[in-house]
Amino acid sequence: MNFYNEMMDANDGVRAHYQGYDQWLKATPAERIARKRAEADLAFHRVGITFAVYGEEAGKERLIPFDIIPRIIPSAEWLALQAGLRQRVTALNMFLHDIYHDQEILKAGKIPAEQILNNAQYRPIMRGVDVPGGVYAHIAGVDIVRAGAGEFYVLEDNLRVPSGVSYMLEDRKMMMRLFPELFAKHKVAPVQHYPDMLLEKLRAVAPQGVSNPTVVVMTPGAYNSAYFEHTFLAQQMGVELVEGRDLFVKDEVVYMQTTQGPQRVDVIYRRIDDDYMDPRVFRAESTLGVPGILKAYQAGNVTLANAIGTGVADDKSIYPYVPEMIRFYLGEEPKLNNVPTYMCRKPDDLKYVLDHLPELVVKEVHGAGGYGMLVGPASTKEQIEHFRQLLIAKPEGYIAQPTLALSNCPTFVEEGIAPRHLDLRPFVLSSGKCVNMVPGGLTRVALTEGSLVVNSSQGGGTKDTWVLED
Amino acid sequence: MLSRTADHLFWMSRYIERAENLARLLDVTWQMSLVPQSLDAANQNWNAIIALNSLEVAYAKKYSEITAENVLRFMVSDADNFASIHSCLRMARENAHAVRGTITTEMWETLNSTWLEAREKSFEQLLNAGIGEFFEWVKMRSSLSRGTTLGTLLQDKAYHFIRLGTLLERADNTARILDVKYHVLRPQGDEGATDFYQWGALLRSVSAFEVYRKVYRDAITPERVAELLILRDDMPRSLHFCMNGVVKNLDLIANSHSGETQRQAGLLHAKLHYARVEDILEQGLHEWLTDFMDHIYMLGDGISKDFLAPMAEAA
Repeated sequence: MNFYNEMMDANDGVRAHYQGYDQWLKATPAERIARKRAEADLAFHRVGITFAVYGEEAGKERLIPFDIIPRIIPSAEWLALQAGLRQRVTALNMFLHDIYHDQEILKAGKIPAEQILNNAQYRPIMRGVDVPGGVYAHIAGVDIVRAGAGEFYVLEDNLRVPSGVSYMLEDRKMMMRLFPELFAKHKVAPVQHYPDMLLEKLRAVAPQGVSNPTVVVMTPGAYNSAYFEHTFLAQQMGVELVEGRDLFVKDEVVYMQTTQGPQRVDVIYRRIDDDYMDPRVFRAESTLGVPGILKAYQAGNVTLANAIGTGVADDKSIYPYVPEMIRFYLGEEPKLNNVPTYMCRKPDDLKYVLDHLPELVVKEVHGAGGYGMLVGPASTKEQIEHFRQLLIAKPEGYIAQPTLALSNCPTFVEEGIAPRHLDLRPFVLSSGKCVNMVPGGLTRVALTEGSLVVNSSQGGGTKDTWVLED
Repeated sequence: MLSRTADHLFWMSRYIERAENLARLLDVTWQMSLVPQSLDAANQNWNAIIALNSLEVAYAKKYSEITAENVLRFMVSDADNFASIHSCLRMARENAHAVRGTITTEMWETLNSTWLEAREKSFEQLLNAGIGEFFEWVKMRSSLSRGTTLGTLLQDKAYHFIRLGTLLERADNTARILDVKYHVLRPQGDEGATDFYQWGALLRSVSAFEVYRKVYRDAITPERVAELLILRDDMPRSLHFCMNGVVKNLDLIANSHSGETQRQAGLLHAKLHYARVEDILEQGLHEWLTDFMDHIYMLGDGISKDFLAPMAEAA
């Protein structure tokens, strides 16, 4: 397979936007780079920029490997990408509003109604609830890959609690600290105002009539894999980091317990799944949530970001319909490509998938974190047979896509600098009519040769992402 | 500030202070045990440490007899003993982890690396290297965390809760050390060489040996030791010093229903402020200290109810 290389063109020439960096790299002694890499490792470790790994010993934390070769995106490419992301997230928010209100898209027959209404992530409790600004996915992490001759594809939309923005910010901080001279030479668009932008968006979606809203970040607790990010965001925004046990509801109003007594809470950036938010409505055994918070939410006394029930739009079985949503709600052609997707619930698709398993990537509809997936070309016969049985037993639980020739980028690995596959997660912020993002995102890179799985849970690393200004 | 955040900060500082004081207490007992004495007397000293922390039952489950090594093992590195130095350092770190966005990076790094280093040390290694060195290490790590707090943290409510935890814990511990050791030392009373070493060790355990010399420029007597550790308000580990800080920090975090707790603290403080050591000794030092520790416990309880524990006002 031929892979698009972010840095080099097909004739091994350096692409225009990488030329400055390439000159610097060639002129910089290997020892200096090695020293800087060691310095970065040490600093990340010392600061404890870590994530916990599910299934490992409780409290055990791992460092996400950081690569010092940036992923560079020229201005024009970014502007096109940004326009596509705005369009996509706008349509997704309209879709969410629609299916919890008039369901026009279902009536028009654009998406089979049972696909939505029987979806485990569809929350009937949200029917007819008006959320401020009509925004459901306040923070969306859209995973983008580049394939083929360099076209961008959306791999998935993460509309529930997308993680990784702290790495985007810490990676930039680290690069600026290690290589200030690079930033003097390149016009790298800044990303450090993300926390301000996020706070502004969260304040903008406060319940009606609240002029100076109290915003909090809500975490499941210190053992969550993204706990570092939760503390980081709360600290950067200067707001309280709360757990469910810090909150209580009285007369359909949410309060947090402070040393000065109860204080009203208006906006909750919650990093906890729907299922655990309210034991009176969802899982009764959940101790992470707040009893009665859904009633307060329905009454419009508190804003939850993201809204309850966004999961129905980022489900992998809904993903194939996003281009249709864009046409339906915006009357526009999608600016970003979807990856062709086989829906195993359809008999024809299932037959094709079963016949072509070694070429395809199969994903669980509700899977995340790179778990529960089959990468056909990289799998053993046993693994393929195992998935065949899974598919036959529960076809509606899976989708399949052709194995994309993901782009790669030079990366430091044990044997030196070598190309590794990567993706990009920009963080798209919505409040009412306004959809914004900082230029860039989190670039994740698969460190194992040939691997297409970039998830940090699967040993992936990260790179600083540079959007160059003209 | 969130009540839970305040709770974590309060206990973070209590646990680090507790680890330090435990190191001090074990160190003085260890040093006293090196001076020739009867086996009975020695065992009594080690037994007192277990009794002091009400750990008789937990101890008896693991060990059949009281020996220096057993008690040290139990109190230094036993992960099952929630009161061991090992457990205190772990809990200090866990509390810090829960509020790492509230404390400074330097504070977090200090407590985190203290715990990581402590976890690496096996008891056998500690014994071989000289257990005293370990106690010094614990004291230094505690000093370091106090120093980074003082040197880096904004002096807002978070700081006041940390100081409150530190000083309340220290008051309790100084009272305990004094109570245990004063008891052991007092009856002999003949100012022989042994006694001198014992009193010296006690003073050193609370970093007060040089202070004593400086303040009194005289022979070490039990009365003056008691006065120094209870009443001197410029001696950082004395009860009076600690209560000065408790009252002050409590005032700075006061809320609409903490009046009674503030009153109790003020009362306890006044007792130290206007007391004479002769009267305390006449009443009986043990009785006086027991009463003091009861009040410290009640104060901790009051702080917990007023500020830290959610008031269950949920609908």
